[in-house]
Amino acid sequence: MNFVSPDLSPAFAEMFVLGMTCLVLVVDVYLKDSQRGITYVLSMLTLLGAAAITATSGVVARELTFSGHFVSDPMGDVLKLVVYATTAVVFMYSRDYLRKNDLFKGEFFMLALFAMLGIMVMISAGSMLSLYLGLELLSLSMYALVAFQRDSAQAAEAAMKYFVLGAIASGCLLYGISLLYGMTGTISLSGVSAIFSSADQFNIPVLFGLSFVVVGVAFKFGAVPFHAWVPDVYQGAPAAVTLFIASAPKIAAFALAIRLLVDGLGDLQGGWQDMLVALSVLSIIIGNLVAIVQTNIKRMLAYSTISHVGFILLGILTGSQEGYAAAMYYAIAYVVMTTGAFGLIIILSRKGYEAEHLDDFKGLNSRSPWLAGMMLMLVFSMAGIPPFVGFYAKLTVLMGLVEVGLTWLAVLALVFSVVGAFYYLRVVKLMYFDEARETGEPEAALDIRVLLSANAALVLLLGLFPDGLMSLCIKVFQ
Amino acid sequence: MIGLSHYLTLSAILFLLGVTGIFINRRNVILLLMCIELMLLAVNFNFVAFSRFLNNLDGQIFVFFILTVAAAEAAIGLAILVVLFRSKNSINVDELDSMKG
Amino acid sequence: MLENYLPILIFLLVGAGLGGVLLLLGFLLGRGGKDAQKLSPYECGFEAFEDSRMKFDVRYYLVAILFIIFDLEIAFLFPWAVALDGLGMFGFLTMAVFLLLLVVGFIYEWKKGALEWD
Repeated sequence: MNFVSPDLSPAFAEMFVLGMTCLVLVVDVYLKDSQRGITYVLSMLTLLGAAAITATSGVVARELTFSGHFVSDPMGDVLKLVVYATTAVVFMYSRDYLRKNDLFKGEFFMLALFAMLGIMVMISAGSMLSLYLGLELLSLSMYALVAFQRDSAQAAEAAMKYFVLGAIASGCLLYGISLLYGMTGTISLSGVSAIFSSADQFNIPVLFGLSFVVVGVAFKFGAVPFHAWVPDVYQGAPAAVTLFIASAPKIAAFALAIRLLVDGLGDLQGGWQDMLVALSVLSIIIGNLVAIVQTNIKRMLAYSTISHVGFILLGILTGSQEGYAAAMYYAIAYVVMTTGAFGLIIILSRKGYEAEHLDDFKGLNSRSPWLAGMMLMLVFSMAGIPPFVGFYAKLTVLMGLVEVGLTWLAVLALVFSVVGAFYYLRVVKLMYFDEARETGEPEAALDIRVLLSANAALVLLLGLFPDGLMSLCIKVFQ
Repeated sequence: MIGLSHYLTLSAILFLLGVTGIFINRRNVILLLMCIELMLLAVNFNFVAFSRFLNNLDGQIFVFFILTVAAAEAAIGLAILVVLFRSKNSINVDELDSMKG
Repeated sequence: MLENYLPILIFLLVGAGLGGVLLLLGFLLGRGGKDAQKLSPYECGFEAFEDSRMKFDVRYYLVAILFIIFDLEIAFLFPWAVALDGLGMFGFLTMAVFLLLLVVGFIYEWKKGALEWD
């Protein structure tokens, strides 16, 4: 038997995050409640260190290590940096909210860091095994995070639903993977891809495996008809957890789709394109229509997420490099918008009270013109109104569709995003033209105010100057 | 002679029993956990059968990892179940309906 | 193109059908008529002294959960021990790291008081 030690250097960032998270875990159990700030600082340092490692790694080409189970490439590095930044923003927005609601415990930070580690493993997955392990590390941490507020019956119920549906999703994904393994005799994604590029592609077991894999991916994205968990989890979880679930895991879902469908099964594109067309059309239609009747803003944003997910899938299904780049741009833009929107909900929430009803936004302009202005920018961006980033993201996805001849799909998506603009504009109407139910400016610490302003400014700046990020997205897919 | 297709058929039946079990069970959350376990074990069965017939060990290694992850999943499921029972005093699937829309 | 998916449709139908058929069979073949004797825990011998469906202390669940997690590392330790000859120093250190991670988990549960009964 010959056993070669793998080259560990491409995985330094993952090892650093794992080591630091274990350190945070051990340190945290020895801290008194009043010293919990140390956990927060250590978690932020973890993110900072990981970002430094990833940013200085300077990967220019694809590198495989751990016998092909781990792949390091420029796309992975960009996505990882986005995920670190998102997690840091989540921690900053959440800190005061968690303190107010007696949830400021080390477990929140540890579970979020472990979930982030899962995302990193998924982003760098070179085989179906590492993809699955990363996915489960992410999912298991998220189930626990949703149930984190132990005295809330709603949170426990949401966690249970999330757990059962998530487990079905993993089961379907695994079943598909087992069939693909049986047809190809390998679990490495590059091996699978090599076999399908030469062999006869569409035999029945392969289609079987592909269908199950796509169902698993759709579940994790929350695309219709596998979206049942999204609204309940968004509504039931505490706002800080919703903020995390709504942001970073969408990057993970994008990475899952790219690694599995493009890296591994790229030659079966004719097979999964039809399935993704159905999923994205349903997501955009149902997401936008059902969002209109919601009165709970977390639930409304959940349905808006479903329609955004439809757009990300539209980019992926084109099967062209421009399409993948557009989908990646959309995913990053979505994360920037959604952290801002949920950050605002967190700022409006008080001790024991979540500002989750649309009525809580009534007359926000008279209470705090600054908050209303930020929300206005975020909502306009989500609706796809120029010059914000949401507009440009939608535009590139639609252009990618037209380029591969799917004009009807682009027109349909356009029509339903106009329908969707209605419920976004309703929020604006509530903020500016309705009477406030309560008076007094919502409190927020200075750093959170700065963060929210920066977040909204980013939505505007990325919309005004989209070329930098867009050329980066195109570059990593070449 | 028992061939690969026999194994695959059996595992497909087990997998589908797991899935149908989840959807028609309206009584007890513990049964859901058992159905989930059944699905994962069906997948393991698939992997082992393929591994044997392809003469390739990757599948069996995959099974080890699925087994451990399934245990962790069961642990999280039970933990959520305890939290749910403490707050609702019931583990009836039908009563998980406080959120609608 | 769509006819390629016919087997999958059949698969789904068979799956749903099978679930239904098994339920139906149990319903049809099972003997009805549940009398008091049939429903008692033992058809002969002593009457039960108390209801057998008592509630377990929730702490048993905690023990079970911890047991599941910490019992399973043996699944990795056994193959590792058998193949240790060929793995060399790197294989040894890898397992050391794995066990270290388990120890971190153990410290956590110990300090959180999960191992104490009262």
